[in-house]
Amino acid sequence: MTLAKTLYLEKLTVTFDGFKALDSLSLYVDPGELLCVIGPNGAGKTTMMDVITGKTRPDSGTAWFGRAIDLLALTEPEIAQAGIGRKFQKPSVFEFLTVFDNLELALAGDKSFWKALVARLTPAQRERIDKVLETTGLTSLRDMQAKTLSHGQKQWLEIGMLLMQEPELLLVDEPVAGMTPHETERTAELLVSLAGDHSVVVVEHDMDFVRSIARRVTVLHEGRVLAQGSMDAVQSDPRVIDVYLGT
Amino acid sequence: MTRGGRLFLTIVAAVAIVVPLLNLAVPATSPLHLSAYGVTLIGKYLCYATLALAVDLVWGFCGILSLGHAAFFALGGYAMGMYLMRQIGQRGVYGHPVLPDFMVFLNWTELPWFWYGFDRLWVALAMVVLIPALIAFVFGWLAFRSRVTGVYLSIITQALTYALMLAFFRNDMGFGGNNGFTDFKDIAGFDLQRDTTRAVLFVASALALAASYWVCRSIADSRAGRVIHAIRDAENRARFLGYRVESYKLWVFVVSAAMAGVAGALYVPQVGIINPGEFAPINSIEAVIWVAVGGRGTLVGAAAGAVMVNYAKTYLTGAFPEVWLYALGGMFVLVTLFLPRGLVGLLPSAERK
Repeated sequence: MTLAKTLYLEKLTVTFDGFKALDSLSLYVDPGELLCVIGPNGAGKTTMMDVITGKTRPDSGTAWFGRAIDLLALTEPEIAQAGIGRKFQKPSVFEFLTVFDNLELALAGDKSFWKALVARLTPAQRERIDKVLETTGLTSLRDMQAKTLSHGQKQWLEIGMLLMQEPELLLVDEPVAGMTPHETERTAELLVSLAGDHSVVVVEHDMDFVRSIARRVTVLHEGRVLAQGSMDAVQSDPRVIDVYLGT
Repeated sequence: MTRGGRLFLTIVAAVAIVVPLLNLAVPATSPLHLSAYGVTLIGKYLCYATLALAVDLVWGFCGILSLGHAAFFALGGYAMGMYLMRQIGQRGVYGHPVLPDFMVFLNWTELPWFWYGFDRLWVALAMVVLIPALIAFVFGWLAFRSRVTGVYLSIITQALTYALMLAFFRNDMGFGGNNGFTDFKDIAGFDLQRDTTRAVLFVASALALAASYWVCRSIADSRAGRVIHAIRDAENRARFLGYRVESYKLWVFVVSAAMAGVAGALYVPQVGIINPGEFAPINSIEAVIWVAVGGRGTLVGAAAGAVMVNYAKTYLTGAFPEVWLYALGGMFVLVTLFLPRGLVGLLPSAERK
């Protein structure tokens, strides 16, 4: 018997005005693995994330989170509640709230209006926020407005917000775009340390970065999986060199 | 509570005490005496200030520019008006024991079902809150669920108030057509023309304003308030964190509508009339201008803006009636261009968090 996987995407097809953004894409994510998805622009990476998080509905195919949750039947907030966290390409944190408030709002739990109206932080929740502040290296900035953070710090804050949700699966879209080499290195450490407790899917353009973190790489091209395997195997695949790495 | 908030509540409390005293305790011969007209006028301003808080809650905090909030104000006013009409009883021109005059005039023989219960004050007071809240709920549920935002939402809120105006103008709606309700006699057995009754209504308006401030402040300072702020900053991020953005907008909209309804209900017995003109789209736009002038998202500024703009309106429509609309438009343009935080923005950090 095979072990249950975290994510099953099977034969997903998404068409925008005749353009096939995803073309019968199938992809699986194992529990606790760190999977890197690469591919040229328009390969369908972001569309794939959109389908998983409920932003885009596919024309056909299935998407299951574990064996029990049909992602195509859920709304965006329901998918987030089910345990899938998403980090956008552009850092998107709540600029006018403090770092602490940003993390507080990301706390897992009941997110209804009436609950939030009377919600008070428990000591355990405060501890959890402190721990995430530490993991992301933002402890000294906890009371700063998020808009004052550097680009890299915003990205870490957003990853911290994902961690507050205690997700089983983290989707991370181009985490190191626009980062300094030092920030990139720290981000790599952070993502590697998260795998294991969480499944992490990283979409990235930066090949050096992918090489530094990836255990398994999936190459997308024209909405389909072109190649899969270790970075070395993928890099020596002639088809991959042809469409992507060779350029 | 902020420093500005405490100052605001102190001023409201002082007004609630001093204004009725100047009317009741100071003899009419004294220059300090405040006429019944003066009490009613200030009472009206307090109701407008409460409406401004309601607008600020949805616009300033939630980013929903409602151009239809006067509709909820008018609905609350109509609910109170129905009670006041039933209170007239046999003292109407036609002397019918149950039916208000306009129904006798239309040759109606029975009270429409939706007028049942309005002879009791507590039913009317419940309806003052429930009817605006219900309409806001249905409207908001449809609009927010379809993710209607920005200028489109503003336009359909205008359509809402306009549609209600047309509906209330119709005689067969059962709300007095274009005459609306007037000639009220008493409330809970007390003569509306008596100074003491007016004083009580005045104090009630001040209490409603203070309570509305407290409700808005509590929402803004709670985690829900931070979520609302977050939704304004980055709506999609909030959604992917698992917040049902639509339901947050909906509940804030409903609470705000109920608040506007209470303001309208206190307004009607003081001014003595309610008619479909209260649904006119311009009324809702004026309320938005009060908030913009005072300072959007500051609550205190919104309430102060309502009082200041309406004082200017009272003065200008009396002294130079032809310039009022130009002054209103000019104020809005100037504030938008030069004072994006409104007049409160001129104060040194008075309303900082």
